[in-house]
Order: sequence, then structure tokens, then C-alpha cells
Amino acid sequence: MLFTIYRFNPETDETPYMQEYDLSEIKPGTMLRDALLRIKNEQDESLSFRHSCGEGVCGSDGMNINGTNGLACVTSVDGLKQPIIIRPLPGMPVIRDLVIDMTQFYTQYRAVKPWLIVKDPIPEVEFKQTPEQRDKLDGLYECILCGCCSTACPSFWWNPVKFRGPAALLQSWRFLADSRDQATAERLEELEGPYKLYRCHSIMNCVDVCPKNLNPTKAIGHIKKLMLKNML
Amino acid sequence: MNIITRKFDTLVIGAGGAGLRAALQLSHADAKVAVVSKVFPTRSHTVAAQGGMNAALGNVTPDNWHWHMYDTVKGSDYLGDQDAIEYMCRAAPDTIIELEHFGVPFSRLENGRIYQRPFGGQSQNFGGDQAARTCAAADRTGHAMLHTLYQQNIRAKTHFFDEFFAVDLLKNKAGDVLGAIAYDIETSEKIIIEAKTTLIATGGAGQLFRTNTNASINTGDGMAMALRAGIPLQDMEFFQFHPTGVAGKGMLITEGVRGEGGYLINCDGERFMERYAPHAKDLASRDVVSRAIAIEIREGRGCGSNKDHVLLKLDHLGSDVIKKRLPGIRDTSLTFLGIDPIEEPIPVFPTAHYTMGGIPTNRNGEVVVPMGIGGEEVIPGLYAAGECACASVHGANRLGGNSLLDIVVFGRAAGNHIIDFLKSHHYHQILADDCIDEALARLERWENPLHKQDEESNNSSESYSVPQLKEELQQVMEEKCGVFRTEKVLAEGVEKVKQIKDKFEHAYITDHSVIFNTARVEALELENLIEIGLATVISALARKESRGAHSRVDYEIRDDESWMKHSLYYMNDHRLNYKPVHTKALSVDTFPPKERVY
Ligand SMILES: Cc1cc2nc3c(=O)[nH]c(=O)nc-3n(C[C@H](O)[C@H](O)[C@H](O)COP(=O)(O)OP(=O)(O)OC[C@H]3O[C@@H](n4cnc5c(N)ncnc54)[C@H](O)[C@@H]3O)c2cc1C
Ligand code: SF4
Ligand code: SF4
Ligand code: FES
Repeated sequence: MLFTIYRFNPETDETPYMQEYDLSEIKPGTMLRDALLRIKNEQDESLSFRHSCGEGVCGSDGMNINGTNGLACVTSVDGLKQPIIIRPLPGMPVIRDLVIDMTQFYTQYRAVKPWLIVKDPIPEVEFKQTPEQRDKLDGLYECILCGCCSTACPSFWWNPVKFRGPAALLQSWRFLADSRDQATAERLEELEGPYKLYRCHSIMNCVDVCPKNLNPTKAIGHIKKLMLKNML
Repeated sequence: MNIITRKFDTLVIGAGGAGLRAALQLSHADAKVAVVSKVFPTRSHTVAAQGGMNAALGNVTPDNWHWHMYDTVKGSDYLGDQDAIEYMCRAAPDTIIELEHFGVPFSRLENGRIYQRPFGGQSQNFGGDQAARTCAAADRTGHAMLHTLYQQNIRAKTHFFDEFFAVDLLKNKAGDVLGAIAYDIETSEKIIIEAKTTLIATGGAGQLFRTNTNASINTGDGMAMALRAGIPLQDMEFFQFHPTGVAGKGMLITEGVRGEGGYLINCDGERFMERYAPHAKDLASRDVVSRAIAIEIREGRGCGSNKDHVLLKLDHLGSDVIKKRLPGIRDTSLTFLGIDPIEEPIPVFPTAHYTMGGIPTNRNGEVVVPMGIGGEEVIPGLYAAGECACASVHGANRLGGNSLLDIVVFGRAAGNHIIDFLKSHHYHQILADDCIDEALARLERWENPLHKQDEESNNSSESYSVPQLKEELQQVMEEKCGVFRTEKVLAEGVEKVKQIKDKFEHAYITDHSVIFNTARVEALELENLIEIGLATVISALARKESRGAHSRVDYEIRDDESWMKHSLYYMNDHRLNYKPVHTKALSVDTFPPKERVY
């Protein structure tokens, strides 16, 4: 099986280049992460990428696979067109090979204050929440911060500082949608202006790539709607 | 010495549930706290926990902490310390409520309270009916908890060193721990973090075994750091094999599946747990279920063409329950097996899962070492919590749902104790240069092509690559230190792991670059893992009885008279020592050892 992989080590390389690898005896159902580990262990120890859980929950191994962002550990090599072309997630500074600098992504995440804000006195028991209210958080809280969505979003490429990006906005909605949270006004106010939220043009790239099948576009739509409602 | 030095009140090594819970307590108390993690915090392995965490909230079945305590003591096969267990079970309800207030999106009951599901080894009224004690956020509880704790920490402005690899503790002549040396994986820049108190929260060592449910980062680094600092590891022979890992692959299928009503069948379609545990059936303790599966397969009743696994049936739960309560394991099953559990059963096999042993602590999270006869002494300023620690609340076998509880209860307790400690310790001690030399040497070994001769003799039998040795170690541990153990096989295991340690002296890496060098990280991790492997097989060889997860075919029964005691393994000379179990609880009567039936 043929692989073409983006390589760049700033210590030694002037510019990035693509390197080919050939891997034999790949069992059906092999996940891309395992194939990459075999390349690393058997052929080229210097190939660098992040990975950890191996089952799509830690969000470490987002990369661009044949032109589409995804997690290597849950992408089977079976269905992929060869040579399999692997690049780092696009639009972010590359630290080395497939390892990108996610600082900007995390900064945007922190900027939406992704934590529960409660102003009432705290009871000694749990805050009550009905199953229906809790259902609203499904499809939101599962985000693993892999960055696949934001790095597939053209608006984020052009405005990584001003536009929050799909992942952060999904988290913003996760708290706006939480019946326990009491900071709706502040959260909305913080997102006002032409960039932070409104740079999203519903291109839906984010939805197409999310490995957890989450829908940031829909979340963004909900925020816009709520904003409009609060303005009226 | 030309290394950057930073000073904090507290250094927390590890940003899983235990480290983050402790850090939050400290940040809320305005302590200056640094959290070092080799991965971005939300990538820590707590994120993978599925089923939930135990607390006697009594939201679904009647419950109280004392019943929880009984189940935990029994589950531990009477090796758990009853004072620590009482402390944990009493603290559980408040700790869970606090997490809910932090924002954890728990699943809910109709009345708006936290959803709880039955898990293995849970009973009402000291061994009566099944209890439902496990608080869950669908089957993504660890994810929900870890993200929430991280979020609260950024709110509290905890200082994070993300993607920094901690190499060793720094210790002065008097034996006090003064911080640690670490390096930035991105740049290889070394850093000394001086701290008045240090908390080790580096998680477990599941990577010891070939097939395991753990992340690749679970290499027991903190435990190995403790060993190198002269601290023993406790009860390392007790390694939990989870009954339901995906056969041949290892991904976990939560016990919550059986909690929701799923059950195991053999090739005859028989619900075989009814024979092994007539009362609790599929919800018997994990050691019991894992052994039952191993016996079914050994006696030829396994499933599949190789008869090498059993099946976990849950299609009868219906698609609504599966989609609502178990969406994560459905994804896993679809992704890795192409099997939709709504229609077909999942092939499973006992899989290495959890490190019961670890750095010995008391219930404040303080690291304790033996002193005099039977006594214990704390190492001032050094703490451990979470899977790397041994409090000991899990004893010889951990109950499902008790680890997420353990990490938050003892993370919090350690945080509180540190806050007190800081009140009477205002200044950093002086750090002498010589105490960092050894750590530097370990690090520098991989930095430049010092091992040139090894590299050149690449093909000679005298040099080994890191991945090759790791594979060998995992293979040996799986074959020699698995579910069933004997003297002969364990002795072979000890020899083999010692050989691997010798070979490691001749291990090499070819990548000596500075920027994000993952080959070096893996070499350092393997060095740690080998020490943990040795601790595990050597402790297992010595314990001549069967207790909890440690099943000796040649010593089939539990021997309370000789062996109701904790093992302590020292790295120097591979020495073993023992200390008594704390059978005295804090306020209630001791649960005396009884035969364990489920
Ligand atoms: C698949 C799976 C499912 C589970 N499900 C449940 C469940 O439902 N209920 C339950 O109670 N328990 C469950 N467990 C067990 C439980 O999740 C773990 O025991 C627990 O999360 C461990 O938490 P921790 O904070 O101790 O360590 P971890 O979460 O493993 O964190 C360790 C931290 O230490 C850091 N670290 C390690 N070494 C270094 C180093 N050298 N330098 C710097 N940083 C370092 C890591 O980066 C990480 O941040 C499950 C375990 C697994 C594997
Ligand atoms: S829908 Fe919005 S957030 Fe998603 S990719 Fe398009 S512009 Fe970006
Ligand atoms: S929304 Fe999806 S793609 Fe985006 S960071 Fe979260 S999990 Fe990844
Ligand atoms: S390795 Fe964790 S998401 Fe892929």
C-alpha cells in the first residue's frame, strides 16, 4: 500500500516535501494510525504525529487524509484511494511533519468561556435538569477538540484571530443550551460584531469532517437565532 | 547549570482527572500551581472512561455509603485499606454533586436527578439485591468529566505546561522532593520546576500488555519516577483484566452494557455466568467474570472459528436504549468490527485494563513509606493520586466505577492537604545541582548520537530498537503474567523482563532531532514501562495465593493468614517488603474477610 506523507523538520528542511512509503501485508480493517505506526516503527522513526487513545476519543490525531480532515485512528485504510496522501490539518502553523501548532484553536476555545456559569446560590444537591433539557446537550458536549472542523473552515483560515471558528462556537452553544447556565446575555454580547460569529457563511465544511458527527453549523445557526430573538 | 527554573507552590504531574481535580482545589485556594502533562490535558486517558462513577446517591435504588463500602471491601478481596475505603465512599456523593455543579452533563432521570446504572459488584444492604450506583453521562462519563475539570481549571487560571514530559523527581539528601525536571516536547528545552509540594498523577501502565484498553501514553511514568527516587510500589501484582475488551483488538466495551441488561454467551448460546455467579451473574466482580470467560474458552466453549472469544449480547435491549445510553460503544463496535450491536453480539475477551497497584499513599494522598516495624512515615511534600497511586481502595480487584471516583476524591483530598501543608511551609528549599545530574544523564542519552556504536552495529545482536523491545515486553507480560499464573511461568517472566532491561542498555533511536521528537518520548516511556513490568512480575511471583485479580493455579485459595498484606517492591535489588492491611475503618466496624461469592 502506497503512502505519500507531508514531511517537514524545521531544523533541517528549508521547505516541506512529500515522502513516499510502501507498506506491505496490511490486514483488512487496519486503521490509518496503525499503518502510520508501522511506517514509523519499521521504516522511518523520524516521522512525527500525535496520537494516543486509538479509538477516536482523545482528539490527538486529526490530519488531512486524501484531502479530507479526519482522525487517523478511526479511518480504515481499506476504502482510501492510493497513494494515500497525508498532510497536516490545513491552515495552521506546522511544528513538524503532521504535528501542527494548535495555539490559536485553543485560544478561540478559551475565549467563549467554555464553562458553566451559575449566579444563583448553589444548592447542596444537584441542579435539576429534565431528560429533555439534557437532550439538548447531545451532539454538543461530545466534542473532542480535534480541530478537524476549524481547520476545514475557509472563514477560519482567513480570520483565525477574529473568527471564533466552528469548534469554539459549538462549545459556546453547548453552554447557551444548558438549562443550568445563567450567562446567556454575556455570552451573546461577547459574540457580537461582524467577525466572532458572523464570519460563518454556512459552508458546512465543518459538518462534513467532524469525526464525532457533530454539527457546528447548526449550533451557529441556533446562536444567531437566539441573538436575533434577544435583540427584538 | 543552564536550565530554566520556575517556582511554584505546587507541581502537579499529570492532567487527567486526578491531577485536574487537585489543581482546581489548589487554584481555588489561590496557591500557585503548575500542571505538567505530556499531552494536551483533554487528551489524557480519563477521557476514555465510559460507564461512570460510583456514589451512593440512591437516585434509582435505595443506597448508602456503608453498602458501597461493603461492596468495595469485598470487591478488593479484603486487601483494600478500610479507612481509605470508608473515606472514599463517604465522600462520594458530595464529590459527584460538586462535579455536577462544575458542569458535568450527567444523563438524567425523569425527576431531573442524576442518572445511575447498575455496575458489577454492587449490592444493597451488604450483599443483597443489585444496586444502581454508577452515575453516568451516557457512556462518555470520563470525557464529560475531564473536559469539565479542564474547563474549570482554565476558568481558575491554573498554569499549564502542555506537552511537557516529566523525566524525574528532584530529591535532596534529606529525602525531600523539591520538584521535577521536565522538558518541552516541542523544543526539547529542559526546565526545572521547583515546588514546595509535588503531586504525581500520571495514571496507569496498561501499555505493559499487548492487548489492552489503554492509550499509548499509559506507560507508568510517574510510578517509575517514584521507584527511581527510592520509593517502593505497592501491590503491583494486581493488574485488572477487564472481561469485555473487543476480542483481539482491545478497545473497551463498558461494563455499563451488562449494567443496562446485556449478557455474555458461549458457543452454545448459554448464559454461562449463571453457573459461575448464580446471584450476580454477569454483574459479578471483574476478576470473577474474566476468569469465567478464560475457563469457557479453555474448555472449548469459545465462539468463532478459533473458539477464542465469547459474545456480549445486547440486541435485546432495543435500539432506543442502545442509542441513548450506549452510543459510544455502538460507534466503537461499528468502527472497529463493522458490527452494529443493535443487531449482532460483540466478540469480547478479557483485556488488560487497570493498574491496581501504585505509589503507596494514605487517604490524604501523602506518599508513605515503611518505617521501623509495621510503621509508616510520610515523605513531606510528596503526594500521589489517581491510577498511579495506591491508597489502597481497590486492593486486589477494583470495582467498575470506583476509579473515576478514586481520582476525584483523592485528587481533591490531596489538594486540601497540600493547602494545609503550604500554610506551614512558606519557602522553597535549596536545590543542589547534583540532584539533577542523574535525570539529565537519562535524558541526554537520547539527545545526540552518543550511542553511535550501537547505531552502527545496528545489525548485530547487541542492539535493539525501542519499538522492538516494547513489543517484546508486551508479549512477555501477556504470556507470563496474564489472567492465570503459575510459579514456573512467572519465574520465566521475571527472567525475560530482566533480559529486556539488559537489552534496553543497548537500545537506540535514530532520530536525534530537537523539534517534537516522538521517538525520544517513546524511549523514555519504554524505560519506565520496563521498571513497572519488573515490579509486576516480581511481586506476582512472590505472592503464593490467589486473591482478586491475582490467580495462581498452583495456589488456588486465598490465604489470609500469610498473605493478607500489601506488597512493596523496591527497584534497588528488586527487593520486596510487606505491610499490613488497614483493616480498621474510620468510624464503622471492620468487615472481616469472608469467602467471596457473587
Ligand atoms: C477505556 C477505559 C474505560 C474506563 N472506564 C471507567 C469507568 O467507566 N469508570 C471508572 O471508574 N473508571 C474507568 N476507567 C478507569 C479510569 O478511567 C482511569 O483509572 C482514570 O481515568 C485514571 O485517571 P488519572 O487521572 O489517574 O490518569 P490519566 O487520566 O491517565 O492521566 C494521566 C496524566 O498524566 C500525564 N503524564 C503521564 N506521564 C507523564 C510524564 N512523564 N510527563 C508529563 N505528564 C505525564 C498524562 O499526560 C495525563 O495527563 C476506564 C479506563 C479505561 C482505559
Ligand atoms: S459552516 Fe461556518 S463554521 Fe462551518 S465551515 Fe462553514 S463557515 Fe466555517
Ligand atoms: S466539533 Fe467535531 S471536528 Fe470540531 S473539534 Fe469538535 S469533534 Fe473535532
Ligand atoms: S488517537 Fe485518540 S482520537 Fe485518534
